[in-house]
Amino acid sequence: MGEKFLMKGNEALGEAAILAGCRNFFGYPITPQTELAAYMAKKLPKAGGTFLQAESEIAAINMVYGAASAGQRVMTSSSSPGVSLKSEGMSYLAGSDLPALIVNVQRGGPGLGGIQPAQSDYFQATHGPGHGDFRLLVFAPSTVQEVVDTVFLAFEKADEYRMPAMILADGILGQMMEPVEFPEHAQVKQFDKPWATTGTQGKRKKNIINSLFLQPDELEIINLKRFERYQKIVENEQRWEEFMVDDAEVVVVAYGASARIAKNAIRSAREKGIKAGLIRPISLWPFPEKVLREKAKTAKAFVSVELSMGQMINDVRLAIECSRPVYLCNRVGGMVMTPDEVEAVIVKAQGGAK
Amino acid sequence: MNQQIIIAGFGGQGVLFTGKFMAYAGLYQGFEVSWLPSYGPEMRGGTANCNVVISDQPVGSPIVIKATSLIAMNAPSLEKFEDSVVPGGKIFIDSTLISEKVKRSDVDAFYLPATQMANEHGMKGLSNMIMLGKFIKETNICDESLIEKTLKKVVPPKKADLIEKNMQAIQMGYQL
Repeated sequence: MGEKFLMKGNEALGEAAILAGCRNFFGYPITPQTELAAYMAKKLPKAGGTFLQAESEIAAINMVYGAASAGQRVMTSSSSPGVSLKSEGMSYLAGSDLPALIVNVQRGGPGLGGIQPAQSDYFQATHGPGHGDFRLLVFAPSTVQEVVDTVFLAFEKADEYRMPAMILADGILGQMMEPVEFPEHAQVKQFDKPWATTGTQGKRKKNIINSLFLQPDELEIINLKRFERYQKIVENEQRWEEFMVDDAEVVVVAYGASARIAKNAIRSAREKGIKAGLIRPISLWPFPEKVLREKAKTAKAFVSVELSMGQMINDVRLAIECSRPVYLCNRVGGMVMTPDEVEAVIVKAQGGAK
Repeated sequence: MNQQIIIAGFGGQGVLFTGKFMAYAGLYQGFEVSWLPSYGPEMRGGTANCNVVISDQPVGSPIVIKATSLIAMNAPSLEKFEDSVVPGGKIFIDSTLISEKVKRSDVDAFYLPATQMANEHGMKGLSNMIMLGKFIKETNICDESLIEKTLKKVVPPKKADLIEKNMQAIQMGYQL
């Protein structure tokens, strides 16, 4: 590991991608994600890669489709409204079983919304990134250092399972600086891609990358097989952090920047003798339902802390099969809850659970 | 160590840079640190602010709501953030640009004519460093000996010729 230095989350996303072997970036500027594209514009050509600012988000995601088809490690990034524009392309990537990384540094919505931090694209990322039955691997780092780890993981798992992955960040994480340390050699597995369209040189049968299947029986089988892979992911790839949760009566569930605020609230609640703890999903899809189901056996209540009108809360309820009350602590539109606001809901959940 | 700092002023006064210095000074002493800027429309011609946390615990929220210190570089910043300071906290005020006084009696207020001092000593634009010098002295966020090392880190290589002037400005504030 090298020296620790301060870096913005957006810049760390870029540096980690380069270290992971990503040599293709296609994007279009949008606040609060722009520093990532700017970083790639500066650094990627020096690493022998290609940075291209496309004419639109739609163009960028289709360039990603092209590079991914050729077996390249590739990414794009945007913020909420721009990610909506990429949604058709994400569906095509999934329908063609192509690995790629999409970064969403979320801002307030809907529509053009605002530019301040939000987490209101949770449904989009985890349940409906585009038309058709498909999933993205979704990772939600909470610190700038974890940005690095999740970028490595996202590229690796995308290749392993041949599917697009998303880093779901937010304006706070993108804009803030924290100490970060990069490994000199990234431990990111490389995978053979015999399916890639790299030119046959007259020596093999040609590879075809495609998501159009007009025979319904054929398309059904492709979908079923893809979901067998998804099932393996649900079994093997759930990731989370536990914080003071061993004896917790109130289990807070929060990801990304919200989880940081929740930690302050939990520390404060603990000082007052309230047994609160945090489960912080690192993978949002697959959602860490195993640990939540386990915690529901001993916890009295759950609190979902999120910068949305209440999206992840539904996955918490499903994970614990509504066996405990689930409270919501939220702010929206670019407003961010204070630790005191979270603590107040923890207190309410503790009382309500009696 | 638990410093929760708000630095606020006009865009261009070096608010974000001042915060970056503090964060690095914390990092060099082995503390956990975070730096969070305001971004977007409030930057353009208006106010800029940044939140710095320096702590011996992992930093939870990087958003400073209960500040141990506020550095106010213009009047709107003082008005906006005065109530965010905890009782016993410190407020540093550039009194060249802020004629108002701190209304509260439960905080320590330091009035420095930083902009005027900078102008008089050929240090135009370095009022932030004068404020920083005073801040370092009153909060002990870092030892005096660490100032130069930190400056060398945060001043971009292209502007290395400015390190000496910055150093002088910090010293000037430190001696106030």
